[in-house]
Amino acid sequence: MTETMVNLSTSDTLADSAGVKIQPHVSCHDFSVFYGDFEAVKKARMEVERNRVTAIIGPSGCGKSTLLRAMNRMNDFVPGARAKGKMCYRGQNIYSSDCDPVELRRRIGMVFQKPNPFPKSIYRNVAWAPKLNGYRGNIDDLVEHSLRQAALWEEVKNELDKSALALSGGQQQRLCIARAVAMQPEVLLMDEPCSALDPIATSRIEDLIHELKTRYTVILVTHNMQQAARVSDFTAFMYMGELVEFGETDLIFTSPKQERTQDYITGRFG
Amino acid sequence: MNLASRRMMDRSFTVLGILSILVMAGALLCLLGPIVIRGVNAFVFRATVEHRQMLAEKYGVGDREAVKRELAQAEQHRTKIYRMISAYEASLEDESYAMRREMGGELDELKDRLRDLLGPFPGDPDPILMREQYGETRWDRALVVKDEVIFREEYDYSDPSAMGVLVHVPRADTFEGTSLAPLFPYLENHLSDILRPRWTFYWRFFTTESYDAHFFGGIWPEILGTFYLTVGAILFAVPFGVISAIYLVEYANPKNPLVALIRTCISTLAGVPSIVFGLFGLAFFINELHVSESKSVLAGSLTLAVLILPLVIRAAEEAIRAVPKTYKEAALSLGAGRWRTICTVILPAAMPGVLTGIVISMGRAAGETAPIIFTAAVSAGGVVALGETLSQPTPALPWNIYNICSEHEAVNEIRHVQYGMVFTLVFLVLLLNSTAIWLRARIAKRLRGA
Repeated sequence: MTETMVNLSTSDTLADSAGVKIQPHVSCHDFSVFYGDFEAVKKARMEVERNRVTAIIGPSGCGKSTLLRAMNRMNDFVPGARAKGKMCYRGQNIYSSDCDPVELRRRIGMVFQKPNPFPKSIYRNVAWAPKLNGYRGNIDDLVEHSLRQAALWEEVKNELDKSALALSGGQQQRLCIARAVAMQPEVLLMDEPCSALDPIATSRIEDLIHELKTRYTVILVTHNMQQAARVSDFTAFMYMGELVEFGETDLIFTSPKQERTQDYITGRFG
Repeated sequence: MNLASRRMMDRSFTVLGILSILVMAGALLCLLGPIVIRGVNAFVFRATVEHRQMLAEKYGVGDREAVKRELAQAEQHRTKIYRMISAYEASLEDESYAMRREMGGELDELKDRLRDLLGPFPGDPDPILMREQYGETRWDRALVVKDEVIFREEYDYSDPSAMGVLVHVPRADTFEGTSLAPLFPYLENHLSDILRPRWTFYWRFFTTESYDAHFFGGIWPEILGTFYLTVGAILFAVPFGVISAIYLVEYANPKNPLVALIRTCISTLAGVPSIVFGLFGLAFFINELHVSESKSVLAGSLTLAVLILPLVIRAAEEAIRAVPKTYKEAALSLGAGRWRTICTVILPAAMPGVLTGIVISMGRAAGETAPIIFTAAVSAGGVVALGETLSQPTPALPWNIYNICSEHEAVNEIRHVQYGMVFTLVFLVLLLNSTAIWLRARIAKRLRGA
């Protein structure tokens, strides 16, 4: 198993611009996703570095959410969806038959577009995944730690037994982040985490993403280009299922190589 | 369409809606009103001294001495009546044979009616049936029987073109001029002195076994039987129903024609007449599987379970389907397997709907008559112990309501018991339904986080 991983990683890792070999945390190679006959993601190639924020931008329906959800195999539950090509986590193809998707999702957490806390108390929302995974340590500490990381602790520390559904939208989204963080994943996938929030809540979440990248690799889907420019280190631009361009955020927004990227970020379409 | 006509339409629709709601409410009131009023009359009524005597002698309740004192006070009036009768009997001895024959018959009939009203005469042998050991225990019934004492029913055939007409002939006419003639006005004037009616709350109506064919109420075996059957049906139907619903929603491929067929079958099953389930229960559970020698609570519960299974499946399916997809996504993204997701997130969130479905099917199971006719119900029987439910049949409210309304030997004399049973059943079902509403509201409130 480790053997294969090493093999895969050496063969799949590409040299970066400086010529130094860095193992990407998550990477895909000629990776496609089909919904029935429709090819939603077409032969995407990208490499996500550890402890960086990578943003995926593009117009609606370009396949950016599909690509993100492919990274922890959430598309498995979409009827008719299938993947082709390689999607690697730490060099191992997650679509190979010996990969346990349940275990994978414990390593790659996810935060959704709409805040979706369970209809349980705040405490039980955060403690849910650790309990499920048989966490051995002190759960109370873990809950506090996770809520602190999600910058929610100060607001809810006195009402942990309150139902999560009684929180505001922004608080709910931070609770979802705390819930994902409590699982102690390595990667956090965020699918337009701010699209249902007001500007103040959005800026809080953006600040939070900045802090989260010290511990986690964050991959963020957004249709807000300013947000991508503000929070991300790397940006991928997708258009009509194709991953058009991928690179450092500064370069993408200042001197994109592709004409379509240029057109999109200057607002000529999309 | 212009504004005025649109407004017209809106207004007339509002009026129509309110009207139909009023009609429905009225119909419900017309139905429930008599049930409640007459049903309550089964256990809140004016009881005579005979009732108190019965309670003291059979159940050992009440003040025995007080009853004795009451009886002693009524005694003088009764003695007067008995004396009049024996005096008349003695005077009959001197009459001609034909006269003796004719009037003797009339007298025997009168005496029987008086026994109904006042209990056995002094010197009568002790009757075996409890209903004959006492006179009328209820004042409303006593008034009816008093009329039977005073009037004789006869059919008048004088008009040959019509059927016989029922006429009430005063018995006083028959005995006119005899020493018995004063009995009728005397009885009329002193009936309340003799029977001493008093309002009473007879809760033993619900808690005792039926002595002597429900003449004195006693519907506890029926209530208990209904309870056994309902709980049994729920015990069988809920696990199967909820698991099937989970399978249909979460696991089954909706495009599979077999699954579509199963769905259709469930819908069809919900529409099958209940008597068919009854026969099925007899043929399958008793004759084929031999779950019991003959009718039993077990066989009845199983039959009712099959009857309510589609209801439970439907309700659970709807409830599970109504759980937001986002909960499921969240659980799966947190590294939960399908089964864990269902147990810890989906089922708790679906609980209000599932519970409502369960309680509504409980109401259905409690009220169904046809399925238990062949599988569980008997018209007369005592309390069935929990351990006997596997092999013994039981009385149950729905079936016994039918039975004592149609097949009882004295249907007319126990109207109050019939209404009392109907009231009890309606009350139980309403209680179940309000529990469902309350539970649902409570859980929904907890989930909302208020």
